[in-house]
Amino acid sequence: MKPVQSLESVVIRFAGDSGDGMQVIGSQFTNTTALVGNDLATFPDFPAEIRAPAGTLAGVSGFQLHFSSSDIFTPGDSPEVLVAMNPAALKANIRDLKKGGLLVVNAEKFVQREFDKAGITSNPLEDGSLDEWRLVKVDMGRLSREAVVGLALGTKEIDRTKNFFALGLCYWLYQRPLETTIRWIESKFKEPYREANLRALRAGHAYAETIELFENRYEVPPARLTPGTYRNIMGNQAVSLGLVAAAYKTGVPVFLGSYPITPASDILHQLSAYKAHNVVTFQAEDEIAAIGAAIGASFSGSIGVCTTSGPGMALKGEAIGLAVMTELPLVIINVQRGGPSTGLPTKTEQSDLMQAMYGRNGEAPVAVIAASTPVDCFEMALEAVRIAVTSMCPVILLTDGYIANGSEPWRLPDVDAIPDIPVVFHTDPADFQPYRRDPASLARPWVRPGTPGLEHRIGGIEKQDVTGNVNYEPLNHELMCKIRAEKIARIKVPDLEIYGDPDDLLVLGWGSTFGAIRSAVDQARSEGVRVAHAHLKYLNPMPANTAELLRSFKRVLVPEMNLGQLSRILRAEFLLDCISLPKVQGQAFKVREILEAIYRTQENEAAK
Amino acid sequence: MSELQPAGPGTARALTKKDFMSDQIIRWCPGCGDYAILSQAQTVFAELGIPRENFVMISGIGCSSRFPYYVNAYGFHTIHGRAPAFATGVKASRPELSVWIATGDGDALSIGGNHTAHLLRRNVDVQVLLFNNRIYGLTKGQYSPTSEEGKKTKSTPMGSLDHPFMPLAFALGCEATFIARSVDIFTKEQREVMRAAHDHKGASFVEIYQNCNIFNDGAWDSLIDKQVRGERCLFLEHGKPMVFANGTKGIKLNGLRPTVVELGNGLTADDCLIHDETDPYLAGVLARMDYPEFPVPMGVLHRRSRPTYDAQFNAQIAEAKAATPNASLKKLLYGGDTWKVE
Repeated sequence: MKPVQSLESVVIRFAGDSGDGMQVIGSQFTNTTALVGNDLATFPDFPAEIRAPAGTLAGVSGFQLHFSSSDIFTPGDSPEVLVAMNPAALKANIRDLKKGGLLVVNAEKFVQREFDKAGITSNPLEDGSLDEWRLVKVDMGRLSREAVVGLALGTKEIDRTKNFFALGLCYWLYQRPLETTIRWIESKFKEPYREANLRALRAGHAYAETIELFENRYEVPPARLTPGTYRNIMGNQAVSLGLVAAAYKTGVPVFLGSYPITPASDILHQLSAYKAHNVVTFQAEDEIAAIGAAIGASFSGSIGVCTTSGPGMALKGEAIGLAVMTELPLVIINVQRGGPSTGLPTKTEQSDLMQAMYGRNGEAPVAVIAASTPVDCFEMALEAVRIAVTSMCPVILLTDGYIANGSEPWRLPDVDAIPDIPVVFHTDPADFQPYRRDPASLARPWVRPGTPGLEHRIGGIEKQDVTGNVNYEPLNHELMCKIRAEKIARIKVPDLEIYGDPDDLLVLGWGSTFGAIRSAVDQARSEGVRVAHAHLKYLNPMPANTAELLRSFKRVLVPEMNLGQLSRILRAEFLLDCISLPKVQGQAFKVREILEAIYRTQENEAAK
Repeated sequence: MSELQPAGPGTARALTKKDFMSDQIIRWCPGCGDYAILSQAQTVFAELGIPRENFVMISGIGCSSRFPYYVNAYGFHTIHGRAPAFATGVKASRPELSVWIATGDGDALSIGGNHTAHLLRRNVDVQVLLFNNRIYGLTKGQYSPTSEEGKKTKSTPMGSLDHPFMPLAFALGCEATFIARSVDIFTKEQREVMRAAHDHKGASFVEIYQNCNIFNDGAWDSLIDKQVRGERCLFLEHGKPMVFANGTKGIKLNGLRPTVVELGNGLTADDCLIHDETDPYLAGVLARMDYPEFPVPMGVLHRRSRPTYDAQFNAQIAEAKAATPNASLKKLLYGGDTWKVE
């Protein structure tokens, strides 16, 4: 028996060709690990091309998983374990692997032909370049082939089982049970693929057990999570479930108009299966038709929703303006990706903040909110609907590729405890005016066509106050612009909260940087630094205490995955000279990068 | 057609054209062909036996797209070219509503060509009234996608280089299940076409020749003037032979090509092509017939039955609900792989 070493947390990365099934084994390791009871966070990283040429750097697909027996907030800065299925995967990922980390390679792929494709000049398994890591060589392909002998499979199909061999190996290494994956394979594959994948999985496990491959086995005990029922969830899934919850809590159908776009399409896929839950989906001919149909549905008494990403947002601008003018509820979810233009479709960024805030013609204010973690996407999707129907306005919910595809355990909410979102359709024809407002929220009435006596017309031309008739008068236009702005400003949002130490250095984030900031602040505080974290989930309007809270700190550090968009807004709104920490690499912040910035800020202050 | 229903709350009387006239001042130019179309539509709406509150008028941008403001029903003046998208959202979510799109040659075929195509392909059960005046009116006189080649306009001082669309041929190419044509001043025929469009289950595409007396005055005169229309228009009737010019001429097929024949000398109406609205191949022939080679077909060129998008959309919802009778949020959230922490 190998000695078992207990670890608090592990970061493991699987890397291979896009066709090697790395996302599959990544998700399987994740599900198994979730059921074991660890806290976890995942980060799939794949190319935009479906199948870039095999063996090339462009085709490398990776999946990183951080699992732990304590609370964690990110998928981890650098892996301690790297499984590389070919030389290209090794080359693309090796510099991230911690020194002394475990490197498991599919050795049989380390041949000249593969080196050529990956642009490698000498065999890294022999030239000493990997001496800093604990190298374990396994002929995964050959061993899988031997495992499936006798099954009626072609060469290619046999080759496709090797990812399960690698998974079996890793399950042994971290003492994970095979049952979850066995169940999944049995439900997912037909014979003979079912049998082949099962054999490969078990063969990998048995091989690690039998052969003296690893000097140790590891255990990561279950995390001490808050009691409750948990499931693992990705951000896009949480958005979908949040919208379903909104349909239940409003009693009003949700109508999703969408056009497929990376990385938002999974929301369309998932919601298309929820017709029984009063959520219907329409795959439109383009981004504009998608939002047009959604607004049409809102006009008809459904909650119109759109899901898209940056380039799609650009196309929706005019229609969002119409929803502003006609004051209909509408939720637009932008799963941000690297831009501009097509940019980096599968990579993450937060560079659509300005677009969300201001990216329309005219004075066209909308509510803007942002989710901070995969789990938070559930609550923020519900929030988006609450605001849209309460204030009769478009709401932009910003998420991004990092939390959309990343996952973490979710302590499921008590469904009955989620408050209802009251929606009242106006039906009284007495003295009806389409633009008469609720005095508190300034929302106009929502009227379903088909309601007798309330026939009226709306449209994109400026409205007369109260009547909603077409009107071109100068003072009326100014009044309406101000009313539309005031309506958004009056949206009730919770106060901004501080985590950590008051009055010195505040790290202020928004959106998906939450995990990295929180981890960095925790670490800095454990090292004696006075620092706090606040996270803006409401960008427009911002919490009422924002200005006061920010001013109570000597310095405000603002990390964002863009060139400083929130910093600019804070300067414009509050005359606040914050320190911007921008990053636009298509990758999330590492904890280390924010920690270093915290220390740099301290040193700069000390040097003054 | 269903029986007449009450006009609204407590009004058991039948509707009249006046019920569909809104209180808004009409801002079309005096003499515009749009007035005639609005008037025929309001007349037809009152006859359809549908409560006024169940009518929804949807438009894009352009002169024709002001239409919803002038109809006392529910109306939505949306954005340029996108009315079909909005209408699809309305009709899919509320199939019981009678949804009408008012659009123009620029709105439906230039900026909104894409959406028009997909509305027809999907067969969403709405009526499209395309006001074709072969010019851009609201932007003050540039050529449109139905303007003739060589047309001199503000943006084409040396003549337009664009080859025009034939709207009904375009619609047919988009798999439209109902195509028809009329003219703003042909009041009776226009109302018949609008009624037929309403009765059709599916996307009904109606091209209406409309005169813009400011920027393209008399664009259709050579076809529709009282003196020439008998000769230059072919009024179609299902099951009837295609004859025109007071019964002196007819249309025959020569192979796949239509030809104009003089009747008499042994040739009678019985020798002419019989109009069959349901024949998609004949529809192709009719949709391409144009003056001066042929008289222009008027009336319903084609209608065929195909399940509508909105009906199927809602049938899937009903099927899903029947298959999951006890759907609940709790079951959805707590279903699948979960684990408990004590």
